[in-house]
Amino acid sequence: MAAEIIVEVTKTFPGRPPIRASFRYPVEASTVLILFGPSGSGKTTVLRSVAGLEWPEEGTIQFVSRVWLDTGSRIKVPSQDRHIGYMAQDYALFPNYSVAGNIAYGLGELTLAERQKRVQEMVELFHLTGLEDAKPRELSGGQQQRVALARAVAPRPQLLLLDEPLSALDAPTRAQLRGELRGLLKQLALPSIIVTHDWAEALTLGDVMAVMHEGAILQVGTPQEVFSRPANADVARVVGVETVVQGTLVEAREGLATVQVGEISLTAVAVESVGSDVFVCIRAEDVTLEPAGAGLTSARNHLQGTVDAIASLGALARVTIECGFPLVAVITRSALTELGLTVGASVRASFKAGSVHLISRQ
Amino acid sequence: MNWIAIWVTFKLASLTAAALLVIGLPIAYWLAYSTWRWKFVVESIVALPLVLPPTVLGFYILVAIGPHSPIGRFYADLVGHPLPFTFEGLLLASILYSLPFAVQPFATAFEQVDRKLIEASWTLGLSKVRTFFKLILPLSTAGLITGAVLSFAHTLGEFGVVLMVGGNIEGVTRTVSIDIYDEVQALNYAGAAKTAAFLLMISYLVLLLVYAMNRKVWAVWPQK
Repeated sequence: MAAEIIVEVTKTFPGRPPIRASFRYPVEASTVLILFGPSGSGKTTVLRSVAGLEWPEEGTIQFVSRVWLDTGSRIKVPSQDRHIGYMAQDYALFPNYSVAGNIAYGLGELTLAERQKRVQEMVELFHLTGLEDAKPRELSGGQQQRVALARAVAPRPQLLLLDEPLSALDAPTRAQLRGELRGLLKQLALPSIIVTHDWAEALTLGDVMAVMHEGAILQVGTPQEVFSRPANADVARVVGVETVVQGTLVEAREGLATVQVGEISLTAVAVESVGSDVFVCIRAEDVTLEPAGAGLTSARNHLQGTVDAIASLGALARVTIECGFPLVAVITRSALTELGLTVGASVRASFKAGSVHLISRQ
Repeated sequence: MNWIAIWVTFKLASLTAAALLVIGLPIAYWLAYSTWRWKFVVESIVALPLVLPPTVLGFYILVAIGPHSPIGRFYADLVGHPLPFTFEGLLLASILYSLPFAVQPFATAFEQVDRKLIEASWTLGLSKVRTFFKLILPLSTAGLITGAVLSFAHTLGEFGVVLMVGGNIEGVTRTVSIDIYDEVQALNYAGAAKTAAFLLMISYLVLLLVYAMNRKVWAVWPQK
């Protein structure tokens, strides 16, 4: 039998749409599943159910060959026996224990010598040297996050569950730790499930991505697939970023980066240190369409292309343009009429350098 | 001052507080974490001594441990003498009388421990019992001390229950408050005044300690 995670749960909370989540995917040592969705979509409930902290009224949860929950045959494995690492959104560090005490907390089954060795390994791996005796309240947000992660992985769990691992941090720290977290997850080689509502996190960290909306899972696929080929309008709205293509960073100078996407060269604002291979993300609202051959504008990126598809979104229309890569623009229906856009028509797409988001993924 | 009565009183108060630390913890734990819908029934029973006149409580305890009740007979058969009007009988009554003063601060302290910390402990593989001793108890120190000190102080001043269950036996069940009453009855105001002042001072010191603890002046664990 292939190693798989199978989750099929139903859970209702008064006054909210019921959560009916169902997904399964093969796990390998370092597969990272992203549970993506807006707040209230039920993604945290699903994660907590997998952690054994929430009991769905109905359903099954299976991890590899172990059944953790089967309401049909009354199997309810408690958290303690699931051998998972779980990190809550606000880290939940034990205030009465030091950094070392927090990391050692789940290591009660090891001998003293083994425990000290494991704590030392974790301290080094998570760059916490010198902070062993500090209490959680003395640490910065980023340090607290690393302690919480170290505590979760110290007992060598078989599955790591992270609830919004970066949301409690300020934006610059978040951007920096996103890359670090990716590296750590690959180094730990632990199957993980990460809950997030941040598309940059999903793209950076995820191997598989499940999009949740109003308690249901709408699409499961690789992050790039989900972003660029949303299964339906709900998914497109939830993920919010329509164009995601792979590119190569060729130059970064004076705060501007030049990215090569196939034959096309784009200008982006270099906001963080990016690797050479990047995901180029452009939101459809940021793209303007003009007649082919229009004059100069303040936008740094002008691409000539042809209209590939037009889909109606009520007062708006979603136009896909083939301009070396598929680019999605959302414009009003009146603009569509004025520009006389039909499938096959020539058009120029423009967007500012600031609208090109680069997500590095090493 | 009647030092024998003071000694009996402090012995009774210390043993009551110690016993409540042991008996009160599981009750408080259950009250804090149970999701049973009829929990309030038990909560009300625990709180009953707060509103019940001490003579009423004393009367029922006396009947319950007297030679005509099965419990009283069982105890008399086991030990060889009946429970009423002994120090042990008085201790049992004091424990019941001070139960809410210990259990309520304990339960409040347990409830204040962040649920997420407890869940984190579970996911790290610690059973509920080990989570209690490794996490909940150390985080509840202030509440534990408050509960112990309050039940100690409450026992110091009890009168009605002592009189009903313990009587007034010198060196065995005569406590300070009964001694003061006896002195006044005998018109020995000077003797009563000294003992009363002593009790006042002790009670005030105890409350000083409790309020200081709750203001976190000497909190064992610093505020977040």
